[in-house]
Amino acid sequence: MIRTPLRPLARILDARAKGENPDSIERENRRIRHEAMRDKARNRAEGRLLLLGLSFFLAFSVIGARMGLLASTQPMEPRAAASGAEILNQRADITDRSGRILATNLLTHSLYAHPQDMVDPARVARELAAIFPELNEEDLAKRFTDGRRFLWIRKKLSPEQMQQVHDIGDPGLLFGPREMRLYPNGRLAAHVLGGTSFGAEGVHSAEVIGTAGIEKALDTRLRDPAAAGEPLQLSIDLTVQAAITEVLGAGMKMMNAKGATAILMEAHSGEILALASLPDFDPNDRPAPLVDRNADPGDSPLFNRAVQGVYELGSTFKIFTVAQAMELGLVNAQTIVDANAPMRWGRFLIKEFKNHNYGPLLSVTDVIVKSSNVGVARLALQIGGLRQQAFLKSLGFFDPTPVELVEAPYARPLVPAKWPEITTITTSYGHGLAASPMHLAAAYGTIANGGITVKPTLLHQNDRPQGPRAMRPEVARDSLSMLRQVVTRGTASYGDVEGYEVAGKTGTADKPNPRGGYYHDKVVNPFASIFPASDPRYVLIVTLDEPVETSGPEPRRTAGYTAVPVAAEIIRRTAPLLGLRPKVEAPPVDRITAVRN
Amino acid sequence: MRPVLYVLTFLAVMGLAFWAYRENYATQQALKDVSALNREIATLRESLSVQRAEWAYLNRPDRLRELAALNFDRLGLLPLEAAQFGSAAQVSYPPDPLQVVTPQDLRPGDISGEVGEPL
Repeated sequence: MIRTPLRPLARILDARAKGENPDSIERENRRIRHEAMRDKARNRAEGRLLLLGLSFFLAFSVIGARMGLLASTQPMEPRAAASGAEILNQRADITDRSGRILATNLLTHSLYAHPQDMVDPARVARELAAIFPELNEEDLAKRFTDGRRFLWIRKKLSPEQMQQVHDIGDPGLLFGPREMRLYPNGRLAAHVLGGTSFGAEGVHSAEVIGTAGIEKALDTRLRDPAAAGEPLQLSIDLTVQAAITEVLGAGMKMMNAKGATAILMEAHSGEILALASLPDFDPNDRPAPLVDRNADPGDSPLFNRAVQGVYELGSTFKIFTVAQAMELGLVNAQTIVDANAPMRWGRFLIKEFKNHNYGPLLSVTDVIVKSSNVGVARLALQIGGLRQQAFLKSLGFFDPTPVELVEAPYARPLVPAKWPEITTITTSYGHGLAASPMHLAAAYGTIANGGITVKPTLLHQNDRPQGPRAMRPEVARDSLSMLRQVVTRGTASYGDVEGYEVAGKTGTADKPNPRGGYYHDKVVNPFASIFPASDPRYVLIVTLDEPVETSGPEPRRTAGYTAVPVAAEIIRRTAPLLGLRPKVEAPPVDRITAVRN
Repeated sequence: MRPVLYVLTFLAVMGLAFWAYRENYATQQALKDVSALNREIATLRESLSVQRAEWAYLNRPDRLRELAALNFDRLGLLPLEAAQFGSAAQVSYPPDPLQVVTPQDLRPGDISGEVGEPL
């Protein structure tokens, strides 16, 4: 580059000749040179800025174009990803403890119409009314022609009905796939399962939501897509449930009862093997709940007596009073107590059943065996109200049962608000405090489990944490031996099933009249049993609602004649099914011969 | 030397292009196969669940009970009873098996009779 000199000689000489200052020429040239340098630097900076701006613009437009592309394309699963994970958008199955299906899904179709596409609405209406008797022809024809563009006709179709609708052959009739909940066993375990209905509905699918029972209580688990495909395993045993329902139904009929319930529970884990409540219903076609506000909810087949049936449980409570007295060291099984009936307490008179007097003195064991109200009342007064409440609370009688049914949290036991001494007395023999058969099962489970409380549950699990201890093992053992004697020489003699050492306690409670007081000819008969007594494995609660046994000269309404025989038959039928080996004397060897070698 | 290099490069480009072309179509075909298989799996799964439901329906205790009652004369099925439990000790030992006699064990005079006659 040729630099222009700052002081060109020609101009300097010229300026000197003119008498001007030659320095101004140098300044002038210096200024021109600086301006040129400045322009060059600015140009370069501008070029760089432009380049930077351009690259930013390009980068952003690439991102923008990609976003636009993503937004405008149809969403699509990545096809290359193998779908081995089985993420199925459907409700999980429910199975019993050995994997037999209790509830599953079936694909059916729903029927809807686009009236604007119909060729001959009148004919379609006529033919549809012929297929589905519940549809009205005029009504349908009117709805097809009133200008609407969409119309649901039926939510579920059987394959035969779908074929018939196909045969109508009208382009305005359309089918949408529907997942339907199916309970293949019909009425069996209906109260456990509850039922389902459709939630949000669209043409292509509909949400299946639980409406009652375990379907509603564990709705989120059943609908969880991550867990779908993995069935929910209940603790129910289908075979045992079927046998119990059959025997209970026959027993209910024989004893002329209005309702009946049975709970069979494993004593150590609290798993419920069977839960039956009669009358029952078909969960595939769940009946509508009672509309009448004043109606007794117990009249509806939807009513789960085992969980919702909160009744005073009568003499089945006596064992808790005795167990607590032994736990506190007040008495032992042989202690003699005052059982002279009737007993006067303030203005109340405590009487025995049919005004008997089992006293004047009875051993604690005989108080239970003979079911003496006065005997347990004396023990309860020794224990005192506060301690009695605490003990019953530890057995779970003050809270709803934790069983996994949506009805359970609402079935609160009816506990007296105040606890004067007369309440202590009546509660000691099961009056004044009302609880459900499920509460009774949990409490008897505690006795059977050696004093450690059990939580009744419907879910099958292999290991579960141990509950807190409510009584010492010796107390549980002594209580159990008293309950065994109730069966061998007491009020539940019909309950002695050969080989299975049944232990149990009967109860008979008058039903409260809604208008106040108690009915005299309406009772609830619970029988709480534990078997086998030498190694308690199972707890069985059978409750009959308003039974009456009429084979004798006068009608009998005590549990010993109603609930006990039914429970005995249940044990006779189910214990072998449970694989429980009876303790019987083996038949002589020569009666068994090998027929084939 | 240079022209050979050019030709080789050109051939390599052509070869790679052909390979890429083939891979592209092979990939698309594999994807199609996968989705066809997935659809088949889905239908099979669905029919499996239908068959499970049918199996459960056919095996429902009510029906089995009725069938057992209907076919009682042939099957004679009754509910299980406690008395039907036995123990292994109650089963008697099988009788001693018959002693196997081979011709070598026989002494003359053991058997009288014709050959072919049952012993």
